[in-house]
Amino acid sequence: MALLDISGLTVEFGTEAAPFRAVDDVDFAIDAGEIVGIVGESGSGKTVTALALMGLIDYPGRVRAETLTFGGRDLIELSDRERRTLVGKDIAMIFQDPLASLNPCFTVAFQLMETLRIHGTDDERRHRATRRARALQLLEQVEIPDAAARLDAYPHQLSGGMAQRVMMAMAIACNPRLLIADEPTTALDVTVQAQVLALLTRLQRDRHMALMLITHDLALVAETAHRVVVMYAGREVEAGPVPDIFTTPRHPYTQALLAALPEHNTDRTRLRALAGMVPGQFDRPTGCTFSPRCEYAVERCRREAPPLAGTGAQRVRCHFPLDAQGRPTAGWTEQRMASVPGSTP
Amino acid sequence: MTAPLLEARNLARHYSVGRGLLRPKALVRALDGVSFTLTEGRTLAVVGESGCGKSTLARQVTMIERPTAGVLLLDGADVAAATATERKRLRPLVQMVFQNPYASLNPRKNVGSLLTEPLAINTALDADARRDAAQAMMARVGLRPEHYGRYPHMFSGGQRQRIAVARALMLRPRLVVADEPVSALDVSIQAQVLNLLMDLQQEMGIAYLFVSHNLQVVRHIANFVMVMYLGKSVEQGSKADVFARPAHPYTRALLASTPSINAGARADRVPLTGELPSPLNPPSGCAFHKRCPYAIARCSTETPALEPLGGTLVACHRAAELAT
Repeated sequence: MALLDISGLTVEFGTEAAPFRAVDDVDFAIDAGEIVGIVGESGSGKTVTALALMGLIDYPGRVRAETLTFGGRDLIELSDRERRTLVGKDIAMIFQDPLASLNPCFTVAFQLMETLRIHGTDDERRHRATRRARALQLLEQVEIPDAAARLDAYPHQLSGGMAQRVMMAMAIACNPRLLIADEPTTALDVTVQAQVLALLTRLQRDRHMALMLITHDLALVAETAHRVVVMYAGREVEAGPVPDIFTTPRHPYTQALLAALPEHNTDRTRLRALAGMVPGQFDRPTGCTFSPRCEYAVERCRREAPPLAGTGAQRVRCHFPLDAQGRPTAGWTEQRMASVPGSTP
Repeated sequence: MTAPLLEARNLARHYSVGRGLLRPKALVRALDGVSFTLTEGRTLAVVGESGCGKSTLARQVTMIERPTAGVLLLDGADVAAATATERKRLRPLVQMVFQNPYASLNPRKNVGSLLTEPLAINTALDADARRDAAQAMMARVGLRPEHYGRYPHMFSGGQRQRIAVARALMLRPRLVVADEPVSALDVSIQAQVLNLLMDLQQEMGIAYLFVSHNLQVVRHIANFVMVMYLGKSVEQGSKADVFARPAHPYTRALLASTPSINAGARADRVPLTGELPSPLNPPSGCAFHKRCPYAIARCSTETPALEPLGGTLVACHRAAELAT
């Protein structure tokens, strides 16, 4: 059984009469020891999905799901007291801006020891000295140079990379089974990003931890993750194993996103830019949310939202999923011809 | 061969930083002897980690600050030694596009007044002519005429960056300094803005000084690349040479650290250890030697000079040896 099992996850904000679905019918599962990348642009619902798992969506936000289980326990039915024993211990999260997520008024040691005092082993909860020794050990595990001297440092005395390492130390303090990393390297320089990622994947391997890597950087996912979920405007548009999604994307959005990367054309030619922008709260289209920007969209796409379908590992939410050559299938040509008056197939 | 639009010779900018009442002031060499040329219609990309002096360089070129030492020739005139009148003449030639379009546009001004303000200050055009010029520029960067009276908060990130680009181009500059212009944007929007920048360059022959840390973007847009580390250029040359045969260990490390969607690229990755040292207390000799996997004793005592190797200029004692 999967460690984390999500199906039909929906998060709504706003009034009951006119709700805004930030996350709309998302399903995926994460196995123990697996790295799953969640990719999407701003406003696609990646972060809200993670917050919903952690139970951090407050009123007036509403979380609904057919299944939302972690290690067999239903996360929606959980009482607040039970949730507090789980979140921060079995599910940990690190955020994009490490300096904003550390409390500037307390030292690194204090913040690490606080986690251990609440979620640690019996020995750690009782003895301050044990907690301090463990905090030092954690800083060493995240490869902070001169860790003993850093224990009593305040967050403003750390560089961005170092602060992110402290966040990681805090997250792994209680041996979580699932680590959610929300854009963990976006605020860091490339060389530091490579270091932090190498550390993250090493910790994931050593501890057999599941890692949910939320990012907008396709290259990062291609290098790190085992499986990927592509999100667009609150919906999961494609999911599958990593090499397949990048070599043969089956959703037009994934295809367009990959084609827009400067990496594909290095010779000062025009990039194949995706026209338009991600729809916001008030301009979600009917039918397929990607249809206004999709080069293949036909009448049916604008009318009817496609379900998440597919056989095997790769699943796609499109009426006319792309074939291996990147052309739409399932009777697309006929529908396109029918929509252009005067043309013959 | 046309004369270069922009030429820097040993350009330096030092800041003195107070460290408290009784301690002597420290000198930060934010920019320490950088030389390059840039001709019309070309793009020079400046690459490096935060704190390497990229933005200090941008501030000298845009005449926000005066360099401490060295020569900066803009259109043949020395910016550092220029008189106030001379500087006023030169200023419209250089314009800037900033990283974050959410912060660089005044939220209280509508698009029209953002775009016409440079004209009102620097030209003798009347209000009607200014409006016409602004509307022509809006059409050119892909904004619709009805956007003229709208305010920045009504636009998405990509559209705001278009407004910022339009504003920079209002005075028909010959050089645009773009400081990380696409790093705050989503992938699909990033491609739109990069295309726009390249189209405008072709139409108007603008030169770009393109400051970025994203090597994939640089590889796409640049003609020349300069890699900076702690205020110094460690490698510079044409894009093709720098990317095909990176000679400096730092350039190699940067390339190896950049994620790629091509799975094969990750095999030969040697992640750098450590972080950029403090510019208040830079290492002796080669500033990079403490993080360099190839460092030898000489690197910690003697600062390498920028010397030609193959098609590029490299500042490394062991570059020739490592190239083979």
